[in-house]
Amino acid sequence: MSKKIIATTSLAGCFGCHMSFLDIDERILKLVELVEFDKSPINDIKVFTRPVDIGIIEGGCCNSENIEVLKSFRENCKVLVSLGECAIMGGLPALRNGIPIEECLREAYLDGPTVSENKEQVLPNDPELPMLLDKVFPCHEIVKVDYFLPGCAPDADLIWNALVALVTGNEMELPYEVVKFD
Amino acid sequence: MSETIEFKIDGRKIVAEEGKTIVEAAKINGVYIPTLCNFEGAKPKGCCRMCTIKVNNRFMTACTIPGAAGMEVESNSEELNDIRKGIVELLFVTGNHFCPSCEKSGNCELQALAYRYQMMVPRFPYVFPQKGIDASSPKIIKDQNRCILCQRCMKTIKDEKGRNYFAYQNRGSKLAVVLDEKMGKEMSDELAALAMENCPVGSIIYKENGFKKPIGKRKYDKRPIGNEIEA
Amino acid sequence: MNNKISRITKRYSEDPARLLDVLHDIHSLKGYVDDDDVEQLAIELVLSEATINEVISFYHFFSKTPVGKFSIYLNNSITACFRGREAVKRALEESCGTTFGSVSEDGLFGLFDTSCIGMNDQEPAAIINGLVFTKLTAFRVKELVKGLKEGKPVSELIYEGTGGGNNADKDIQSMVQNNIRKGMLLLNRDYHKFEVLRKELKQHSPLEVIQIVEDSNLRGRGGAGFPTGIKWRFGRRVDGKHRVIICNADEGEPGTFKDRVMLTEFPELVFEGMVIAAYATAADIGLLYLRYEYKYLLRFLNRILGEMRTEGLLGKNAAGIKDFNFDIRIQLGAGAYICGEESALIESLEGKRGEPRDKPPFPVEKGYLNYPTIVNNVETLASAVKIIKHGAAWYKGFGVKDSLGTKLLSVSGDCRFPGIYEVEWGTSIREVIEMCGAEDVQAIQVGGPSGVLIGLKDIDNLGASNLMKWYKPSGMMVAQKFYDRKLSYSDLPTGGSIIIFDKRRDLLQDVVMNFMDFFIEESCGSCSTCRNLPSVMKQKLQKIIGGHGVRQDIDDLLSWGKMIKVSRCGLGQTAANPIVSSILNFRDLYEGHVQAMTDFDNEFDLEKSVQAANNFVGRKSVFHQN
Repeated sequence: MSKKIIATTSLAGCFGCHMSFLDIDERILKLVELVEFDKSPINDIKVFTRPVDIGIIEGGCCNSENIEVLKSFRENCKVLVSLGECAIMGGLPALRNGIPIEECLREAYLDGPTVSENKEQVLPNDPELPMLLDKVFPCHEIVKVDYFLPGCAPDADLIWNALVALVTGNEMELPYEVVKFD
Repeated sequence: MSETIEFKIDGRKIVAEEGKTIVEAAKINGVYIPTLCNFEGAKPKGCCRMCTIKVNNRFMTACTIPGAAGMEVESNSEELNDIRKGIVELLFVTGNHFCPSCEKSGNCELQALAYRYQMMVPRFPYVFPQKGIDASSPKIIKDQNRCILCQRCMKTIKDEKGRNYFAYQNRGSKLAVVLDEKMGKEMSDELAALAMENCPVGSIIYKENGFKKPIGKRKYDKRPIGNEIEA
Repeated sequence: MNNKISRITKRYSEDPARLLDVLHDIHSLKGYVDDDDVEQLAIELVLSEATINEVISFYHFFSKTPVGKFSIYLNNSITACFRGREAVKRALEESCGTTFGSVSEDGLFGLFDTSCIGMNDQEPAAIINGLVFTKLTAFRVKELVKGLKEGKPVSELIYEGTGGGNNADKDIQSMVQNNIRKGMLLLNRDYHKFEVLRKELKQHSPLEVIQIVEDSNLRGRGGAGFPTGIKWRFGRRVDGKHRVIICNADEGEPGTFKDRVMLTEFPELVFEGMVIAAYATAADIGLLYLRYEYKYLLRFLNRILGEMRTEGLLGKNAAGIKDFNFDIRIQLGAGAYICGEESALIESLEGKRGEPRDKPPFPVEKGYLNYPTIVNNVETLASAVKIIKHGAAWYKGFGVKDSLGTKLLSVSGDCRFPGIYEVEWGTSIREVIEMCGAEDVQAIQVGGPSGVLIGLKDIDNLGASNLMKWYKPSGMMVAQKFYDRKLSYSDLPTGGSIIIFDKRRDLLQDVVMNFMDFFIEESCGSCSTCRNLPSVMKQKLQKIIGGHGVRQDIDDLLSWGKMIKVSRCGLGQTAANPIVSSILNFRDLYEGHVQAMTDFDNEFDLEKSVQAANNFVGRKSVFHQN
């Protein structure tokens, strides 16, 4: 059986889900027997080099770059998995949802208690920067997502169980202890 | 002594005292019917609809209806469990339930029910409402974004004259449970702790007492809600 | 302490159950209730301030802030919208100098939206300081506001003079029209006031009265269709220190206005029915719950009650029957559709928020202040009088099997002669269309928003008994112990609201959306399902109408519509009906909107989404096509 190809990314996330991925510990040796990684921060491949079987998304979408990356994952991956609370429901970045973006920017760059030096009242507007969205979107509100693995971060056993099931085509086994939102 | 009656839940024999609600009778007999707004010792109101059951093909709430002899109750069916899961999902998307940042995580009954029904993602779009937080009381924080309007605090937190600390405000989608401003200022530590304890979610937080028990060692971290009832 | 407030609470013996009356009186005094009043009420009624605020904030016509010297509540029912509401609204905003939902700077005018006020046959209509102004136009609005500014009393500004019949009575003086288009048994001038109380009633024992009503197969006319005689028999059987008869005159289903006409033209018939019901069930407390929108009838109705007392028809040994003590009090509502549900109405009568109760226990077992309580509709009670007068056999000569007698239909919308039609059960929808002069009919809303939208193709074979099959049981659930008594019913008669839409109308964008707004506004909010699902579903419908829908969205709406059926009361269970019934009967309208080429579209618009942040930081939006 040929190896399945996997890609991963972190959008508006903290990389905690990726860390948890690595928490599968020595099972990673088994994993490399089952899969090969394409675009992923784990191997630092920046672009898709071939059609991918499983795309794993950490983080929701807070800016235009997230949207672009997410859409390219949808185009290049047969199956998309939302990994962790941020991908599924926006997570902590989505705490700003409901607060006008102007107010968030003002707080962050102009008026907030942690703003010590910004006498020129500069706001980040370099054309190189991604553009901020008015709110943080769960991934499945942007593109079609096939599987959801909750947690902050998701339990390593959950990631392992789900991934093995997806790779081997077996049913996912999700014991009570591994599906947690915190 | 009141009389003992017999009825059935999903074909299983239930024996209970007459007058006990179906939820109570089920519990005594080791059958779990999920609830959220129901609270032992307080008058049931049936506002979360989690305990919806079917009797004679009609929807009813098991927390408000007393069991009756010969009754045949349908509870653990695919249809009803999907409705219950749907209600949990509905409550998640219409509030702001960011579990990772909530002090109640692990002890939260809404979260526990989501675990029990394996909610991986809600079927409804997220609303992300901005409902405000009332921290004016020196003892508690009332976070409206997490409130599921179950009335448990309204029914159980009262002063010696029987006056309510908590009450509804507005109606429909604007409905909120608010703390009486004056009474909130004079709340005792005991009542504040009790209010937090009685709140099924993290909407009432007893100030300066957070995270005493670490996440991972909490009520529903290892064992599903209802497990303690189920034989 | 404010003495005026103390006088008011003393007037009601500082009884928290009379909180609604207390609040009404404070509103009459100063237009709204402020924090100081609430503080004082909390002390005098021994409630927490939050509990009092909880009640105030539930009712549409109570306010914690000033509502203007002239508070103008403009109806937003669909019929009003189709008859020029927008122009009236604009004229009001211009001439009053404020926008809807606020009060003008000079404090003179407050403008507010309000749900159907029972004037669907003479829209657009508004309530100004408790008085009703109908058939508004931009011109009339300008004249009206000018008159108000000049200090003319509101009562002098009714531009068409008083309406017909009792609308011209000195205690009503309203421009409302009755529009009685067809009368039969109830709307019949051959009625001799209180004749049954003076003559026939004494000839029967209470149980005989119940038997006659039972034999007539009279069923509740409010919509639930519960057999009236059986309800009375139950009520009589339950022990209690007191027993209560409630007349439900809180018709709030958009498009219904029959009770308004009954109470204007035949109030004696309704009160007579209440006395008969009380006699039959040995009740001593009578309450008529009048919706706030009909406050302009209050003085008139109270005068009639006064006359009845003088004539010995109420009070001790009422109707000259020894040891039959019964009196009637009118409770004014304060603006909440849900209070038409009988247990919510009872909560409201007890001075609380009008939230439906869980059943069982049913009101006949534990109702008003836990006494056995019989709640009957205005039309039901009026019918009972005719039945006692002429006998059950006579009554059975009208209508069809299962549905005997007549029904008052409130017909409105796109037809030449909107108004009240009293028809025999068994009348077809087609006959109704012909009666009221409707043409090019696209759809008919039967039973208001909680009812069903019927397409033209369904009309041909739809008799009234068939029509009942269109209804899902609402409000009432049948208790376990009633099962053997065959009281369970699966059909509901129409409450009588018929709204006609012709082919010009956009059913989804205009009608269904308006109805969904109604349910979102009028939900009490207590059930998780009814509080949240209507707005979630409306959002999805908007997505479909906006061209972003996919086939799955239609299926989602149907499956979410099923979920709402677990709500406690009839309002909640039917709150998705506008969407569900329009999908079932007008599916092609939905199919026409959804996209065929894709199975995923979540409406996300990158350009729109980055706009606010880009504007704020001062940069241009640049998009890369990949």
